[in-house]
Amino acid sequence: MDYRSSDPYASPYGPDIPAGPRREDVLPASATAAVKVVIVGGFGVGKTTLVGAVSEIRPLTTEETMTQAGVGVDDLAGVEHKTETTVAMDFGRISINEQLVLYLFGTPGQQRFWFLWNGLFEGALGAVVLLDTRRLEVSYDVIGQLEERGVPFVVGVNRFPGSPTYPMAELRAAMDLEDSVPMVDCDARDRGSCRDTLLTLMRYLYTLTTASPEPQ
Amino acid sequence: MNGAGPDPATAPGSPDRLYILTGGQDRAEKRTELDLVTLIVSRTESEAGLQPEHAAIVRMCHYPLSVAEISAYLELPVSTLTQLLTELLADRQVEARPPVPAAALPDVRLLEAVMNGLQKL
Repeated sequence: MDYRSSDPYASPYGPDIPAGPRREDVLPASATAAVKVVIVGGFGVGKTTLVGAVSEIRPLTTEETMTQAGVGVDDLAGVEHKTETTVAMDFGRISINEQLVLYLFGTPGQQRFWFLWNGLFEGALGAVVLLDTRRLEVSYDVIGQLEERGVPFVVGVNRFPGSPTYPMAELRAAMDLEDSVPMVDCDARDRGSCRDTLLTLMRYLYTLTTASPEPQ
Repeated sequence: MNGAGPDPATAPGSPDRLYILTGGQDRAEKRTELDLVTLIVSRTESEAGLQPEHAAIVRMCHYPLSVAEISAYLELPVSTLTQLLTELLADRQVEARPPVPAAALPDVRLLEAVMNGLQKL
């Protein structure tokens, strides 16, 4: 490819801001469709670390802005009361084959970020809930919300040094998880461990699909 | 994809199925459903006459790129980018390759493909 005077990767905003992927991060023209998996968990639980461990591109950040009516302020009808929320989501990419691309999105689990979930979980294959044993309550809410939305998920326990070492069975009971939902140890820094966690999710989805009387 | 009637593919169990496209005041009837992982590909080599933001998108999408990636590279919120993409789609400057449609449960062959791909990591 020759670019003559205008380099297609040069930024219109100036040389410091990249205007596109690095050459090595370009998808083949044959890429026809993508799927996504969402990694949910509280701050610092290792979502971005997990994404980075398996992604073929350096994790990127996308922003979503949402103008929300003031939460829980229903009695101010007619009064402009809006807040603008901007939340960053890190994501990565795995080329499955020449046609298919898998995207992994890390999203915060706290309730105030659930507005992000609407576009995010729609069409997602499923989710990995990254569990921080130091802050179980965040994951508890997340799991309830996923169940309500009918999003299949597995739970990855990212054990931090010095965090409480509960046995899996105890964690399952504490999280009120059904026996059918897989729970695995997941070291978010370790590529193999993250891959296995994603495979656990895929196998679980496979089980759900093949067990379903009407697979569409 | 057409604008006639509700989408029959609306997944059961997701009553508040939202479109990412926001606003829509002036293009309400042309609303395009764009996902974070919809792949965008330019249909044109020429950026003549395009606004800088549109030109930047056309330029970086010579090869397929997801909405999320474009948003990241341009440092634009997804909702803003969606607006720009809707305009480019309407003018046929880019094409959109929608994600694998999500049934209530994913297709077995799709899952097998993903598993095979992951095994290679």
